[in-house]
Amino acid sequence: MDLTWYLSLSAVLFTIGVLGVLLRRNVIVVFLSIELMLNAVNLTLVAFSQAFGDVDGQILVFFVMSVAAAEAAVGLAIVIAMFRNKLTINVDELRLFRG
Amino acid sequence: METFLFFVFAVFAVAGSLGMLISRSPVASALWMVQTMLAIACLYLTLNATFIGVVQVLVYAGAIMVLFLFVIMLLNLEQTPRLSAFTWQRAAAFVGGVAVLALLLTAVAEQTDVFPSPTAVAVVEASDEVAVVGPEGEVAVIEEDEAAVVPLDPTSVEQIGVALLTRHAFTLEIVGALLLAATIGAVLLAKKRFT
Repeated sequence: MDLTWYLSLSAVLFTIGVLGVLLRRNVIVVFLSIELMLNAVNLTLVAFSQAFGDVDGQILVFFVMSVAAAEAAVGLAIVIAMFRNKLTINVDELRLFRG
Repeated sequence: METFLFFVFAVFAVAGSLGMLISRSPVASALWMVQTMLAIACLYLTLNATFIGVVQVLVYAGAIMVLFLFVIMLLNLEQTPRLSAFTWQRAAAFVGGVAVLALLLTAVAEQTDVFPSPTAVAVVEASDEVAVVGPEGEVAVIEEDEAAVVPLDPTSVEQIGVALLTRHAFTLEIVGALLLAATIGAVLLAKKRFT
């Protein structure tokens, strides 16, 4: 099985994640798209790790998963806090940093 | 067989992510995403990366997606917003996304002869000799005294555990501190009132 197929699939998944961030206005779907991009990169790392017989790629995937879990926890807490005050999760209507 | 499985799971992964992209309800998006996560876990298994595959199911498809669904249902959004019509912003976003895809695929295609096959080294251990199965299925039998030269199977949990607790021990500690800080930060943020 050629490594190129795995990398191409990863590129397609990453692009769908980019499109999700750019096209969708629901902040939870934007979050899901970011997770999809992280998964696409993880797939690349595992494919390279197996191709070169090096375990470090999988260690890196392990750490990426940890950071993704932390990011999801903090990000969803921010979403809850914003929703309680603004009653919306549309990213166009959330302008917390704009004063 | 591996090629067949790859294409089956690749179709599942892409279909799940497209469903995530175009479904109107956030709950449906999250459930499509679970399908994508599980398909990617199966792809890890086709790469012989069993540990990462299991962690993918436990952490992503289990913990993180349940957290997402929990928050979606906690927010209890009644109206599912209609996917709005054509705007120039959306058109520009679509063009930008396709440009990213073109860039990535060009980068992959230019390097296509450099990469080795991901399953090139599969060490099959016999009783007193070691056979190495090449990418085309050719088998090279190695006597026992030569067997030490064969690189260890990088996929085993043992290898990952040894690397994690020796070379990457400090990083592991940092990640532990990060997770603790994220937990505390999430609790504090969810209680905070923005004005």
